[in-house]
Amino acid sequence: MRRLPLRVFDALVLLWIVTTLTFALIHSAPGDPASLLISPTATAQEIAHQRALLGLDAPLPVQYARWLMALLQGDLGTSLVLSRPVSQVIGEALPVSLLLGVTSLLLSFVGGVLIGGMQALRVGGRTDTIITIATTIAYAAPSFWLSLALVALATTGASRLGVPVWMRLPAFGLQDPAALATGFDAWRDLARHAVLPLLVLSVPGAAGVARYARQALLDAAAAPHVQAARARGLPTLRLEMRHVLRNAWSPLIVLCGLMLPGIIAGSVFVEQIFAWPGLGRAMMSAIAARDYPVVLGLTVAYAMVVIVSNLAADLVVQQLDPRRRAVVENGAATSEVSNTVPQGA
Amino acid sequence: MNGARPAAARRGTVVRTDARIRWAGGALIMMTLGAALFPLLAGADPSRIGDVLATRLVPPFHHDALGTWHLLGTDAFGRDILARLWMAARISLGVGVAGSLLAGAIGVALGAIAAWRGGAVERLILSLGDALLAVPRLVLLLVIAALWGPGLGVVVSVLGLTGWMSIMRLVRSDVLGVRVLPYVEGATALGIPSQRVLWRHVLPNALSSATVAITLGVGNAIVLESGLSFLGLGVQPPTASWGNMIAGGREWLLIAPWIALAPGVLLIVTVVACTLIGDALTRPATRAS
Repeated sequence: MRRLPLRVFDALVLLWIVTTLTFALIHSAPGDPASLLISPTATAQEIAHQRALLGLDAPLPVQYARWLMALLQGDLGTSLVLSRPVSQVIGEALPVSLLLGVTSLLLSFVGGVLIGGMQALRVGGRTDTIITIATTIAYAAPSFWLSLALVALATTGASRLGVPVWMRLPAFGLQDPAALATGFDAWRDLARHAVLPLLVLSVPGAAGVARYARQALLDAAAAPHVQAARARGLPTLRLEMRHVLRNAWSPLIVLCGLMLPGIIAGSVFVEQIFAWPGLGRAMMSAIAARDYPVVLGLTVAYAMVVIVSNLAADLVVQQLDPRRRAVVENGAATSEVSNTVPQGA
Repeated sequence: MNGARPAAARRGTVVRTDARIRWAGGALIMMTLGAALFPLLAGADPSRIGDVLATRLVPPFHHDALGTWHLLGTDAFGRDILARLWMAARISLGVGVAGSLLAGAIGVALGAIAAWRGGAVERLILSLGDALLAVPRLVLLLVIAALWGPGLGVVVSVLGLTGWMSIMRLVRSDVLGVRVLPYVEGATALGIPSQRVLWRHVLPNALSSATVAITLGVGNAIVLESGLSFLGLGVQPPTASWGNMIAGGREWLLIAPWIALAPGVLLIVTVVACTLIGDALTRPATRAS
């Protein structure tokens, strides 16, 4: 593909703008991380010494240049609070967030397309109306509220309803506190712990996708060539698969890339409530401790994930649908969908 | 097809005839009235803490030890949850509307300038927007709210500063569409200054999609505010917001789940109402065709 290098260059420029903005943002905030690290009775001289140790005494452009040079070599700096490389902090938290994010993205997408497809097949009927009401409500439920509701349901709710103990789901953590399970049992334990967090992220996600997929499929089905094919007497299944779904695919793939910020936002709350040691939790504790390098590193990591996945979605769409090539290149395909995608919590 | 009629006229009909608008609008009006009137009628200050032991953790539909009946029960300090919900509605609805309007104002101004000026100014505004869109909005909100210290003013400003990008894009493309219309050329030919053409003649005709986006943004802003307040970075207690009420109920979740769950219901109703209005405005029911 000829345009690929150009697109990658654009993405890199975007990433540079994001990192610069974040750097400026964080360093213009009030408050001094050096004073948080040493005893409150420290003299001005000791604080100055601490600032020099952390490299905070240099002029801001110098600090920025140092940070950017290190970043180019893959060095995100050292955590002020944990005294460990930021890349290590991110590396440890990333698998947890990926497990949560990727699984729920897949569940939302597959579930949403199936639900939306079912609605599109019987549009205007009672089932369609009921599902529309259900998806509108589920899509509006904030993830932190949904988390608490599910925790209440899985704990006190389950015991009031007399659900047998072996069937109850753990409400917190990533594994059994004793961590005795090995092999297959360890995986089963992880899966049991993952049910509630995945539900919290996938139910609103699937509802959002369903709302969008229903409309995308209906739009594709209303196209003249589909009506012509129907008039020609093509079998329904073949019609839906070959002519409707194929044309609805591109907006759905773009949507998949654009859903990511919503899933990331949700996972911040989910990790906080279910005590999963992922990126969101690392972000919250770094913010609380004013750990600048970690906050910066995590923001860059989040931006990278979003930029790369949008790029990937665009490229996949170009491969799937030659007509899109011209459109996607000036960014129209992305902005057309972006106004309908949840950015919320 | 509806497309033949002008957008503004179509929207007028939609507002009168669409059932979604009637239901959602009704719910929002009730919510606003409740927020405005209930605390006035209730008399006592809903944040006041009285005889804690006699009134704390009363379940919904029960009387406390002093004989007062509570529709939604009381919280850990014996405060009536219904009364606090309506106090919180003032903050949550107010912050949502203010945040979304601020985002709208920034987006309209930047979008109009980008389209009108073009060149380097346009590229600068567009790449700033792209950069902000590349960071998940919640992450941006967290970083800004945490570093500048939580509070009402900060929450409204960060909602505005992180929400203008999509509105800017809409206004920009609408202005680009309107500026090539003959009457704009006519106005320019009559010698009206360029700035005045933009603000008086072009912009008012390029706001319809932005208006819808701002309406949709209210629901989003309310959810984000409650999320921030839930994490302790938004509205601070004792000022009640739906988010910090849910946060306050979290530690009582296992013995008094109603404290955390009740505010979520109002939150969901509000957001559903905003979504329905947005749906009806962007995708009018096709009965008329």
